[in-house]
Amino acid sequence: MEKRLLLGDEAIALGAIHAGLSGVYAYPGTPSTEITEFIQNNVEARQRGIHSRWCTNEKTAMEAALGMSYAGKRALVCMKHVGMNVCADAFVNSAITGVNGGLIVLAADDPSMHSSQNEQDSRFYAKFAMIPVFEPSNQQEAYDMVGRAFELSEALKEPVMLRIVTRLAHSRAAVEVGPAKGENGLCPAKESWVLLPGIARKKYVELLDKQQAMADAATASEFNKVERGGDGRLGILACGIAYNYVKEALGDSANVVKISQYPLPADAVRKLAQENDAIMVVEDGQPVVEEQVAGLLGAGYAIKGRLTGDLPRTGELTPDNVAKALGSPAEIPFEPARNLAARPPQLCQGCGHRDVYTALNLVLAEYKDYRIFGDIGCYTLGALPPFKALASCVDMGASITMAKGAADAGLFPSVAVIGDSTFTHSGMTGLLDAVNDNANITIVISDNLTTGMTGGQDSAGTNKYEAICIGLGVKPEHVRVVVPLPKNMPEITRILKEEIEYNGVSVIIPRRECMQTLQRHLREKKAAQNNKA
Amino acid sequence: MKKDIILCGVGGQGILSIATIIGEAATKAGLYLKQAEVHGMSQRGGDVQSNLRLSTEPIHSDLISLGKADLIISMEPMESLRYLLYLSKTGTIVTSSKPFVNIPNYPDEPALMAELEAMPSVVKLNIEDIARELMMPKAANMVLLGMAAPYIGILSVEQLRDAIAVIFARKGEAVVEANLKAFDKGIEASHQ
Repeated sequence: MEKRLLLGDEAIALGAIHAGLSGVYAYPGTPSTEITEFIQNNVEARQRGIHSRWCTNEKTAMEAALGMSYAGKRALVCMKHVGMNVCADAFVNSAITGVNGGLIVLAADDPSMHSSQNEQDSRFYAKFAMIPVFEPSNQQEAYDMVGRAFELSEALKEPVMLRIVTRLAHSRAAVEVGPAKGENGLCPAKESWVLLPGIARKKYVELLDKQQAMADAATASEFNKVERGGDGRLGILACGIAYNYVKEALGDSANVVKISQYPLPADAVRKLAQENDAIMVVEDGQPVVEEQVAGLLGAGYAIKGRLTGDLPRTGELTPDNVAKALGSPAEIPFEPARNLAARPPQLCQGCGHRDVYTALNLVLAEYKDYRIFGDIGCYTLGALPPFKALASCVDMGASITMAKGAADAGLFPSVAVIGDSTFTHSGMTGLLDAVNDNANITIVISDNLTTGMTGGQDSAGTNKYEAICIGLGVKPEHVRVVVPLPKNMPEITRILKEEIEYNGVSVIIPRRECMQTLQRHLREKKAAQNNKA
Repeated sequence: MKKDIILCGVGGQGILSIATIIGEAATKAGLYLKQAEVHGMSQRGGDVQSNLRLSTEPIHSDLISLGKADLIISMEPMESLRYLLYLSKTGTIVTSSKPFVNIPNYPDEPALMAELEAMPSVVKLNIEDIARELMMPKAANMVLLGMAAPYIGILSVEQLRDAIAVIFARKGEAVVEANLKAFDKGIEASHQ
């Protein structure tokens, strides 16, 4: 057995490669990005020709993965938690069609919102779709679970979810890795996946019939276990990485049921309740299990958790808030520092987004009631000082459609700022709505030729933006390209002013490479030259 | 034996390279290790930190508990103070003394230095100046690692040197030598 130091994300990627993966489908999103990147850069994956190119968004990723499963092969689709919202239609219905080759839906949740706009818990989605969930507590389990999850998926003929959180995704530990297993051959599904009502009703009953098998699998799972070391006053249900914090606080002296595979094993929960005076549910994310346990045990039984305030209602678990809930709070020798200021992230020096906001602020200062609707990417930082330019940032693509809705209501100027990758992810359909309504909006597609915020992945529409906008019906003379540099400020502001004054849909594309990828490309070029010399 | 280390600084200063080197050395030494990193948005000029846990026994939590860090290794003086609540009673701060000012409300520098100096165990040094004197401004993080080396304890100086050689190997011998030189300079400085 070889030992490798791997991020949780990397352990999942390698686990998938070793479990006979044929394709990973994903759109970059923190904290899930490194899974696909690892597969893209892995020698074995390249030799086998495992599909790993980035997708345009999570919905296209989910559907392509389902297609690969239909053809009989093992597929992995990865996303951050909010990506589940984007692919929800395909995801929920993949449980109705069922799968052929194993299909894992990897959802990386971000409690505490380190890099996200909410802390929704993907386990709700799995429950909604009625499929099993694996939730690793450490990097080794993350690696091991991928193979087991594919097997379960193929045994049940259903997709399974692998749910992780930021602290596992982005934490390294040594992982024992095994030999690689071969991929499935091509073997397209024989039965119909046509979800016409008559067929869908039948398939839905089939899904319901599989629920007992899913529960049995969780009950028998090697990843769920019972530990008895406590005095019977408090039983602990520890889900995923919460198990680590419980062990950190109490060691072996607690009665614990560790949950790393769902559906929640009801018998283990009832037994824990019988053997203890009360139960504490420790889970990272939202109180998914706590609510279920309340239903299982009824009103008379004492349940502690996030809903009761024993653990914080929001934010990620830490060894500290868990230890405190378990009655052993930390001793802190030092006071907080006095000479300390917050240091929020900011746009890089020399970043083209900076010039875009400088120009927008200059031009719009002449108007009374303007709003700039923002979107998701590095350029969301334009909301912070020194620019303070944005009125909103909600979800991928919302800048264009919100600007349109506000313009419909009479707002002028109504401006959208969206990045190149976000535009192809979810902005194009909104642009079509705006064109069809001849909405009086100005759209800035700030094109840095990459998916910047997640570290510079390829952007699906590079070199296609003018063609896409014109193809969707924006008048060619109102698709304007500028180079965002301080020296071009007079030209940029003139063009912005002209297009704001134009009554209809106009698109301005400031285009200059991201500073991070530029520096990387320069380094690579230099290294290549050195190698030649 | 166990060591809980908080590595911190400002996004882009190279704290993850330090983490990678300690990680390499710990793996080779057969230690248990967990290292939680920060990726994503905060890397853009914001405060960044990494929790590094090394132990001869299995480690449960990826995160260090409040009041339990043995060592804070910081690329920036104010950032070293951000994690004071994590420092144990006998813990040490090893930090660059050179402020990185990219915010308008950076604290008064003399007051900041006074607060830092009032801590029971502090090693601080202008690592950027040292790296520049050595004509390798990019190796400031290796100077810092050298300064911290005597306090890491659970790994020897030689184990860390070997790890530097492994991590920088693909960049060529000259880069390895430069980083080892910066590391040695840091060790020397921490003894002064």
